[in-house]
Amino acid sequence: MITKKTVDHLGWLARIKLTEEDKEKFTDQLNSILDYFEKLDEVDADVPPTHHVLGLTNVFRDDVAGQSISQEDALGNAPKKERGYFKGPRIV
Amino acid sequence: MKDVIIGLEVHVQLNKLRSKLFCSCSTQYHDSEPDTHTCPVCLGLPGALPVTNGKAVDNAIKVALALNCNIEEWTMFYRKNYYYPDLVKGFQISQYDYPIATNGSISLETEGGERTIRIKRVHMEEDPGRLVHVGTIDKSKYSLIDYNRSGVALLEVVTEPDLRTPKEARLFLNKLKNILEYLDVFDSSLEGSLRVDANISIAGGKRAEIKNISSYKGVEKALLFEIVRQNNLVRRGVKVVQETRHFDEVRGITISLRTKEGEEDYRYFPEPDLVPITIVDRVDDIKKTLPELPDAKRQRFVLQYGISDNHAKVLISELGLANFFETVATEVDANLSATWIADVLKGELNYRDLDISAFSPGHMVQILQMLKKDTITENGAVQVIRTILDEGGTPLDIVERKGLQPKMGAEASGNITLRVIEENPDAFQDFCKGKNEAMHFLMGQVMKETHGTVDRSTVIELLNKSKKEKLQNASDNHREA
Amino acid sequence: MNVDGIREMFQNGKSVEELVHSIFDKIEHSKLNAFVTLAKESALEEARRVDKHGAKGMLGGIPIGIKDSISTKGIQTTCCSKILEGYIPPYDAHVIERLKAEGAIIIGKTNMDEFAMGTSTETSCFGPTRNPWDLIRVPGGSSGGSAAAVAGGEVPLALGSDTGGSVRCPASFCGVVGLKPTYGLVSRYGLVAYANSLEQIGPFAGNVKDVALLLDVISGYDPRDSTSVTKKCEYLKELREDVSDVKIGVPGEFFGEGIDEKVEKAVWGGIKALEDRGASYTEISLPHTKYSLAAYYIIAMSEASSNLARFDGLRYGLRLGKDKDWHTTFSEIKAQGFGEEVKRRILLGTYALSAGYYGKYYLKALKVRTLIKRDFESALKDTNVLITPTMPFPAFKIGEKIGEPLALYLADVNTVPINLAGVPSISVPCGFAGKLPIGMQIIGRHFDEATILRTAYAFERGMK
Ligand SMILES: [Zn+2]
Repeated sequence: MITKKTVDHLGWLARIKLTEEDKEKFTDQLNSILDYFEKLDEVDADVPPTHHVLGLTNVFRDDVAGQSISQEDALGNAPKKERGYFKGPRIV
Repeated sequence: MKDVIIGLEVHVQLNKLRSKLFCSCSTQYHDSEPDTHTCPVCLGLPGALPVTNGKAVDNAIKVALALNCNIEEWTMFYRKNYYYPDLVKGFQISQYDYPIATNGSISLETEGGERTIRIKRVHMEEDPGRLVHVGTIDKSKYSLIDYNRSGVALLEVVTEPDLRTPKEARLFLNKLKNILEYLDVFDSSLEGSLRVDANISIAGGKRAEIKNISSYKGVEKALLFEIVRQNNLVRRGVKVVQETRHFDEVRGITISLRTKEGEEDYRYFPEPDLVPITIVDRVDDIKKTLPELPDAKRQRFVLQYGISDNHAKVLISELGLANFFETVATEVDANLSATWIADVLKGELNYRDLDISAFSPGHMVQILQMLKKDTITENGAVQVIRTILDEGGTPLDIVERKGLQPKMGAEASGNITLRVIEENPDAFQDFCKGKNEAMHFLMGQVMKETHGTVDRSTVIELLNKSKKEKLQNASDNHREA
Repeated sequence: MNVDGIREMFQNGKSVEELVHSIFDKIEHSKLNAFVTLAKESALEEARRVDKHGAKGMLGGIPIGIKDSISTKGIQTTCCSKILEGYIPPYDAHVIERLKAEGAIIIGKTNMDEFAMGTSTETSCFGPTRNPWDLIRVPGGSSGGSAAAVAGGEVPLALGSDTGGSVRCPASFCGVVGLKPTYGLVSRYGLVAYANSLEQIGPFAGNVKDVALLLDVISGYDPRDSTSVTKKCEYLKELREDVSDVKIGVPGEFFGEGIDEKVEKAVWGGIKALEDRGASYTEISLPHTKYSLAAYYIIAMSEASSNLARFDGLRYGLRLGKDKDWHTTFSEIKAQGFGEEVKRRILLGTYALSAGYYGKYYLKALKVRTLIKRDFESALKDTNVLITPTMPFPAFKIGEKIGEPLALYLADVNTVPINLAGVPSISVPCGFAGKLPIGMQIIGRHFDEATILRTAYAFERGMK
């Protein structure tokens, strides 16, 4: 069982601001879904995990410098910019 | 400084690579406009995918081998999930379980003798972008972000908490830098090429982590500041809290970042867009390409060239200098080369903030050959070196232009010495009585007359000969009388 | 509307420009809400270019709709999320480059569940898409816009993406053909990630032949996707009606409780039809199927929680007026930009990866995934295709299930195991429940798209 406090912490980790109402609703919903996930406890899975279905290894690119996009394209979607930089919020 | 415990996390850019770690953007972004070296991958645009730069992995393996690490059989990338405005994807592709290497070491020569600093792990990760604060970090109203650096390959070297003084920390960094440059994977002269997180605690207290120190000197300064700060807290009876601090390079102080950092949870999981890398089959090939490392070179210089360990230590401190020495030492006497390169040339370079590439080994060979043949004095040789560094030119030209050549013939210098004796009978008298000042005076007079172009030993020889003659004469006269 | 028919129209003198005009006209008067962004200018320009220089390439002059989760240079790409409103990518996805190289005409972007998280196309910030067979019903999801656009005759071809059934579910609900390729067959470069280790871009069309053609165009090695592989054959060339060598396996687990009787009947009818054409059939078991949904959702949500972190409003996407400190700025952008289902999955994924729970959830799910993958490998040793219902029921009503997240997740019961195993699967129409189409799912071995396409083709020919 997770609590409202856990949901609050998850919101912090994911940087999603949650209202009190959100927290209550998500606490209930997350609990019922997590209950369903408990199903996996039944399985005795003494096998290696599958990260990749194909089992590929050693996929590399050569160290060759290619074309970058222009500064204009890079900043093209930036909501705020200044002198060629992306403009962000204050840090502290 | 009692019971100081320091551990370092050193991030070095593998900046000898041409392209970034996961995209083909060029790493040559220094001196460029902001945000001109980016692409969908290193800007984290929706849908873009990383592909690993194979040479970055090879370079990391090289470093791991040079640091005497255990190389793992295989390695993989993880996502380290956290937020920061310089991080384009809300996670950093880094390593976690199965890093490329673990359990290495670096030996340091400290005032207290040889010390072994254990390396806990070495792993690869991508560099975030660069934040520009308008003003200082704690006062700035907004931030500006340049993502040119985003995605450059970083190597993180994590030590065990084995360092005991800020100076040791600095020695460690110098040694690490030295090794990385020998391996040709790192250029320390580029801005932002090294960043250090330093953990420090005193006498069993809580540790502070000082983040993102960006210079070698800064590390020592930040640690010295922290020791004073933490000691003062203890003296005032205040407990040191575990926290993350920022080093303000300009003010030379550390500031608490007061973030909720303690609550951070990086939620590492294997990067699903990349596949595992088997290392074992690459190690043998890479081992073959491994160059001679600083410690081995130092030993070899002593053995092969018969030079002193102190000279060898200076010569190997930079790969360029070591190579310079070897080039010169194959042409002229190795000991003479070592003395002139380590003691004279290195000093002149340091004084001018130059590195060895500012001087040609061919010129050094010419200068030493002139010395050997007595066609130039030591003093003259120093002048030639200084002139080359300050004005340029070749040794022969300079010697001619400055009248430093050739050395006075034995006969001419003999005549001048005899003249000086004649013109300064009192001084000569004192010299014969064994007064040292008198010898310096006579020598000075000879040097003045010859513009320093005689050999001191020739003058001393002549002075002694004259003294002997004078004493002989005196005794003959006495007998006759 | 199909590719052969359009080519015939061109041969009979219809210009590409005329066709494209009529398509835009139809879309603009459509009640389906299948398209969310139209690329009128570039489409017409391309149409005129083809008219002038002749239709070249495998898809010369053929119009196509693109799911809004696929990056299109110069055309707004939002994943139907408010957080990406106005985002115009500076680059094309690999599949878009391939389509352009073969002369296809991109009509616009199709509707979807926000960030592909859904089974109904109801969570789109552009409002729900309607099922062409019954406008009060959902088209399925998450690629509901693509399926509805094809079913509604707006375009002959469309691309979707399938993370846990997002191509096959809407294909089934809308009565069209949709294929999820083997993981790695189609480059994901430019597909906005929901769950990287599970998803593939897949083709939609009104018939199997056109799906094979579109798969030929989009599949193959791309060095920009580390999980991409080289394809071994050309699918359209391999297409034939002969299924005498096909051994069908029927997994009982996929006909479990909650399955609609008419759906069950229609699928068995399909199996029988293939038997009549010479295929053999045997009952097999995929014993870990009951764990697929839990494993799937844990993996998908975990990966999603990380993938969706990047939408912080700095480089693109939603930014609210005045900035505060960066934590608050980011948190408020995400609170306003993401819809409820997206938030729910991010929170769950964050939980599943968090310290102390990684082993219980994420790692465990990956281990269960191994078991499920092994189930498929062993079942497909003696058979070469598996046949199941695509969805346990036909299209439901808009609003009917949206209030119960878990109930909606359970609808994916027959599609998610395929993504866990990474095998290819196609949904092909196999009948009706009333006026609502039913889809039959044909699953194949890794990279054996040729056999599932051939089986689907033989079945389709038999239906006619
Ligand atoms: Zn890049």
